[in-house]
Amino acid sequence: MTIGLNDFLIVAGLLFAVGLLGVTLRQNTLVIYMSLELMLNAVNLAFVAFSRYNGTMDGNLFVFFIITVAAAEVALGLAIIVALFRRRQSVMVDQLNSLSH
Amino acid sequence: MLDILFYVFSAITLIAAVLMILTPSAVNGAFSMIVAFLGTAALFVLLEAYFLAIVQVVVYAGAVMVLFLFIIMLLDVEKGEGSTQYKDKLTIGAAAVGFLLVAVLVCSAFSGAHLPEPTLAAVAENPQALEAGIPFTTSSKSFGYSLFTKYMLPFQVAGFLLLAAMIGVIVVSKKHEVSAESDNS
Repeated sequence: MTIGLNDFLIVAGLLFAVGLLGVTLRQNTLVIYMSLELMLNAVNLAFVAFSRYNGTMDGNLFVFFIITVAAAEVALGLAIIVALFRRRQSVMVDQLNSLSH
Repeated sequence: MLDILFYVFSAITLIAAVLMILTPSAVNGAFSMIVAFLGTAALFVLLEAYFLAIVQVVVYAGAVMVLFLFIIMLLDVEKGEGSTQYKDKLTIGAAAVGFLLVAVLVCSAFSGAHLPEPTLAAVAENPQALEAGIPFTTSSKSFGYSLFTKYMLPFQVAGFLLLAAMIGVIVVSKKHEVSAESDNS
């Protein structure tokens, strides 16, 4: 296997950049939230690659905790989006701008 | 062989991610997201993190994305908002330029010399290995060993975090009795 750590890090960085592009590009709050999950996922990939090529288990355990926190975060964030939709009848960020005036 | 698999799974993951942020429909985006998570799980398998690959499929591609699809279904955000999906042209141009800058930076920063081929260490059976870091193994036994020795406190904090998140979700997603009272007063 001639694939090295750098190749995995390139893929992880590109995934992170795609997630960042999604956060800046889209208006739908749900898609923005999925892009955030994609960025977390890219970080997970980098952690596992570092752990594998460093020969220690710590990166894998960090990914374990990150997945736990991400699951809790998704549940809470989606509950906030639902509460927001109940009040404003919209999940588009250009209509949720009452704090910017 | 593993090289080919790496390129295939990386391409699947990246293409699914790009499709996720470009498709106008949120449901299609969610399904592309599932494909991206499965591709990441395949990359985890290539990195010999089998337990994390299973957790990735069960938690991310299973539970989290099902939750997303439920919320998309409940909110019904698809109708009549297809034309206002993207932000204005200046934002799109700036975001694309920023993406290109980050992508070029990442590719140029990490496309240097490769690290030497790693060798799998022996299974962590001795407690002395805790000081120097637990050696990398492919068995899920070392996960339990690490979670109940070196990472005992973070493990319990994660449990409390899940409890707090559960209570928080219940409080946030309750109906509006409380806010209605505060509106009247």
